[in-house]
Amino acid sequence: MARKDPGTKADRRKFLAGFVAAGAATALKPARAADAAPETPRIPSALRPSALVAAAETETPKELARVPGKPGSDFMVDVIKSLGIKYLPANCASSYRAIHESLINYGGNSMPEFLTCMHEESAVAMAHGYFKIAGKPLLTLCHGTVGMQHATMGVYNAWCDRVPLIIVGGNELDAAHRPPGVPTFHSAQDINSLVRDFTKWDDTPVSLQHFSQSFVRAYKIAMTPPYGPVALSLDAGLQQEPMKEYDGKMPTIPRYVPTSPPQGDTGAVKEAARLLANAQNPVIVTDRSARTPAGIGLLVQLAEALQAKVVDQASRMNFPTTHYLSAGPGAVDNADVILGLELSDFWATVNSYTDNGGNEGIGTNGTRIKPDTKLISISSVELNTKANYQDFQRFQSVDVSMAADAEATLPALIEAVKSAIPDAKKSAIAARGEAAKKSYAENRARTRQAAAVAWDASPISTARLVMETFAQIKDLDWSLVAADSPGFVWPTRLWPMEKHHHWLGRSGGYGVGYGAPASVGAALANRDLGRFSVSFQPDGDLMYAPGVLWTAAKHKIPLLAVMHNNRGYHQEVMHVQRLSNFRNRVANKGNDFGPVGTSIMNPDIEYHKLAESMGWWAKGPIKDPALLAPALKEAIAVVKSGQPALLNVWTQPR
Amino acid sequence: MKTPFIPSAAKNLLLASALLYVPLAFAAGSAEKGKAAFVKNGCWECHGFAGQGGAAGPKLAPDPKPLDFMQVFVRHSNGPMPPYTETILSNDDLADIHAYLESLPKAPDYKNVPLLNP
Repeated sequence: MARKDPGTKADRRKFLAGFVAAGAATALKPARAADAAPETPRIPSALRPSALVAAAETETPKELARVPGKPGSDFMVDVIKSLGIKYLPANCASSYRAIHESLINYGGNSMPEFLTCMHEESAVAMAHGYFKIAGKPLLTLCHGTVGMQHATMGVYNAWCDRVPLIIVGGNELDAAHRPPGVPTFHSAQDINSLVRDFTKWDDTPVSLQHFSQSFVRAYKIAMTPPYGPVALSLDAGLQQEPMKEYDGKMPTIPRYVPTSPPQGDTGAVKEAARLLANAQNPVIVTDRSARTPAGIGLLVQLAEALQAKVVDQASRMNFPTTHYLSAGPGAVDNADVILGLELSDFWATVNSYTDNGGNEGIGTNGTRIKPDTKLISISSVELNTKANYQDFQRFQSVDVSMAADAEATLPALIEAVKSAIPDAKKSAIAARGEAAKKSYAENRARTRQAAAVAWDASPISTARLVMETFAQIKDLDWSLVAADSPGFVWPTRLWPMEKHHHWLGRSGGYGVGYGAPASVGAALANRDLGRFSVSFQPDGDLMYAPGVLWTAAKHKIPLLAVMHNNRGYHQEVMHVQRLSNFRNRVANKGNDFGPVGTSIMNPDIEYHKLAESMGWWAKGPIKDPALLAPALKEAIAVVKSGQPALLNVWTQPR
Repeated sequence: MKTPFIPSAAKNLLLASALLYVPLAFAAGSAEKGKAAFVKNGCWECHGFAGQGGAAGPKLAPDPKPLDFMQVFVRHSNGPMPPYTETILSNDDLADIHAYLESLPKAPDYKNVPLLNP
């Protein structure tokens, strides 16, 4: 802006220097005026500007060569909007400042709405949790190098959990025009290499037309089962350059048409159906077969057609826990045919591993099934396994293998099974169902009795924690958005879970720090559907990036976070204890309960105060089980009003 | 949920019991000292502070196994439970732990717990 009164202005740097000199002189001045030396001409506190400085600061600046026409980043927003992406959780970064500006000003900060995040891993995990409710991917933006490095753990979890999301890293690709200093540290030749091992696809568009094609392609690939994350490197220069014609036309936006998921080969489906229909004791094991809510109903149909028990490994809500065919992992022991649907680890489904220090420390293996048991696998993951990260687990030979999406294959398999069941088998199948009803009822009783042990204990038993919570939410349209602590299994054992949103599964890659941000992302999706979100929040998980609490408060995302605060990284507590014993050494506990390096105590973290400081309603620490119900009632009232609430509950370890 | 350890644990328990079971004489333990020893020696880590068990370890209380049975198992386990030799856990501590487990109250019948019958 042009200065109007040059006479009263001065060069700022020289003005400040003069001020400092004057200040020093004042400080040294004698206290009494009578002691003062005779007056000498004062040195001015601000020097007059030189003619050059005065001209620079007072004349109307020359116009810079700014970008004419529509900025490229505005067109990028048009592309993003064409795909109906609702939210954009992100931590701001200069390398994407142009598209950031376009999103909030040109795009009106709507579809997508920018959600302010305090860590890139939180942004990615929010997108992860959001998808598991909404079934639609989100976009996140980050700095190409430092932000992408922060984001990597979240991307890996999404990869392992087969969740689509689009991560775009800003990058100053053109080294000759790259701003010096920080932006250069934040640039790289190939930022996508940071996540290439655990993304389905990536690209570095070099023109706006290239961007629009790549963005739609990225979305399409992410959303084709097996789902997965995709990455784009977005040049800062490309964001800022004006739209221009390519081949005589302005850039266009390709139409997105969803790809139908891959189905099992007809012959393989028939062979699987023949084996299942003629089995004496078929068992179905599933991990992520209910890719959508429809998958639950399909699996119920198949299970009932066969009266086959279903073991749900629970990376999704695949099968109702209230169904009499729902069974524990031991159901495979006497199976003669096992159908595995989207299993993460078929080997460990049919084999055992004992971490007992045997085999020179590597543990001992054994089979869990009869030697002639036939194995059938339907898994889309075979279509996109990569070599570096070992999420494909140990190799398991199977008898029928379909590289196909289980949910998409189930309709054909159900029909094939119904056709293949011989009339002579029908009474035996019905009898199998009756036996399953009896064992289901017995198992339910045993589970509830196990939950009753230590019912009044302090710290509070995890079974009591879970059931006190359920008692308060059971009449709501509830959604358990996260309970990401290994071995914390009471919800899936005790709660009547029947709908897809009742249980979202875990992180996928077991990267600690997923629970808090993923639950906020899922709660965001539930908010839009009018559902009540609850999470069981582990203590260690929350401390990875607690800033997501602020994001939830800032964007008014209602969530009840009930803490499973066992004051330690409990999986590691047990690992170090085990190794100490194997080596016949007393585990060094320091002053804590668990081995040195595994406890989160002394001092105890006051999570309720942490949450309060970021705008949450919170209470704790709650150690007496009798105090849980009233605290839950208060917290639920807050969440119903549209705000997040946290209860810091001291619990038993598992 | 996957719990692949249980069959192997049961097998090891039976084997250890058959080979090594001999009646041992123990001094009567102190439940109060046993509670502290239960924490100090890390028993709570897999079995819970009240011995209620969980995903990583079976229930120990109420109604614990006899002390001499427990002694054999604890000393010689080669399943998922790591062995506790006398270097790590003294016989006195073990007797106190057993007394603590014996002192824990019986669990209520789940049918009488309204929250377990939603």
